Amino acid sequence: MSMLSLRDFQAGYDPDLPIVKGVSLDVAQGEAVGILGPNGAGKSTLIKAVAGQVACLGGHVTLNDVDITGVASHDLARRGLGFVPQTENIFTRLSIRENLQIAAELVPKGRRADRIEAMFAMFPDLASHSSRQAGALSGGQRQMLAAARALLNEPQVLILDEPSAGLSPKLVGQVFDTLRKISDAGVTLVLVEQNVRAALQLVTRALVLVDGELAHDGPSDALHDGALLGRLFLGTREATA
Amino acid sequence: MNPQVLIDGVIAGSIIGLGAIGLTLTYAILRFANFTHGDFLAGGAYLTLTVSGFLGGFLASLGVGTPLGPFSFGWGLPVSLMAGIGLTIVLTLALDRVLFGSLRRRGADAIIIVMASFGASMALRSLIEFIYTANPVYLTRELQIAQQIGLGMRATPDQLLTIAMTAVLVLALHLVVTRTATGRAMRAVSENPSLAGVYGIDVAMVIRMTWIIGAGLACVAGVMSGLLVQIRPYMGFDLLLPLFAAAILGGIGSIPGAMLGGLIIGLAEAMTVQLIGAEWRAAVAFVLLVAVLIVRPTGLFGQRG
Repeated sequence: MSMLSLRDFQAGYDPDLPIVKGVSLDVAQGEAVGILGPNGAGKSTLIKAVAGQVACLGGHVTLNDVDITGVASHDLARRGLGFVPQTENIFTRLSIRENLQIAAELVPKGRRADRIEAMFAMFPDLASHSSRQAGALSGGQRQMLAAARALLNEPQVLILDEPSAGLSPKLVGQVFDTLRKISDAGVTLVLVEQNVRAALQLVTRALVLVDGELAHDGPSDALHDGALLGRLFLGTREATA
Repeated sequence: MNPQVLIDGVIAGSIIGLGAIGLTLTYAILRFANFTHGDFLAGGAYLTLTVSGFLGGFLASLGVGTPLGPFSFGWGLPVSLMAGIGLTIVLTLALDRVLFGSLRRRGADAIIIVMASFGASMALRSLIEFIYTANPVYLTRELQIAQQIGLGMRATPDQLLTIAMTAVLVLALHLVVTRTATGRAMRAVSENPSLAGVYGIDVAMVIRMTWIIGAGLACVAGVMSGLLVQIRPYMGFDLLLPLFAAAILGGIGSIPGAMLGGLIIGLAEAMTVQLIGAEWRAAVAFVLLVAVLIVRPTGLFGQRG
């Protein structure tokens, strides 16, 4: 049974100019899937539309067999779809604890404090200055807080938009180590990433999106040598087979 | 300088501050300068007056229509105020549903929404004038004598009640915004509404809550103004510039800032009346507004970005 399913999914900012053009895919429970592709391929638009941030122009999305097409983003979070945007993914004027307290509103009252402490245990860097304004955090710490926020209500699927964007190589390593732990814990991961090398070390399956269409879907190992990836990025779709 | 100016300034500042809080919240969360806010003050005062008119005879028949203790009003006013707050909230939510919400859903620019609020403000004012006429009306006709309160200052019990009520309301609202889930959600939406949705916050609910709080405070400020002075269709419009000046002086989105801004404007107005002349009173808010925009555009407690 697939956890997240897209059927002939179209999305974009203008109904006459869809950026994502009829993508169909299935993500199984516990799977770690990377969505790769050249700039402007529609990767971020695809996951933003799934997360209710961009208009869905056609097709369907199901989460655990429930149709969630066009559902508002706040409702998706309640239904177990966690999304971490690429930038501006935390509330900088609120404290670290307040960021987590907001996310904890989705958890039953009796478990809120425990879940916040669980996130502090998973991300000890955040725990040591929980009352600090989140705007004072470094780029890596911000990604940690964004991930902690998304994980707090134990989502069925966690979607991340370029978690390595703007980070130093050392911080990229830290962020991907954290994502590996999250994946190992059984959370279904869908990741859009420009850092192909780092992404392929994390995900087990890679999708390549070119010009809004799915050009490749297969095990991530197949893309390690780079030749196939290069052809896909240049748009030679016959490589799909 | 006569110390009476201090108490006069604090009384005026209390009313301006309460009105400015609603304005600053609307500005921070809905991201537009709401020109109808002044008319919510006037509308709240008139709605309370209307309920009070209906209740007056009934309460008198129960024998509870006489003034409460040292105040100039009986039980009818607090009861009518509750009803007035409720009706003002209904009015603002209806206006948001019909006008502002509709424009937001269509992705209208902020300037379009501001212009719409300007038009709605004129329409509301004209409607009030049509229904109640332009003649001033009063919530009470009881006379009050100002009493010595120390340091050479005098105030009536109604005026002291206004200051006390403002302090309680501002403190309560500050606690709601800083210590509760609703307050955190409001601060989150004011920073990034799109991200708030991702966090699971129902942004539409936060917007409704903002209107409810703003309308409630506007009604209280209108009734306070009506109790201490008089109720006129233009009472809210006349307060609009001091309200904006207080909200900007305090820093957009800051509740203590709006209150402090209100007190500063109120004190500056009172001092101007005494030191320069009453005809310059209206200019003070404008001068302070321009000065803040030049020197510190984020205001006293405002945050950048």
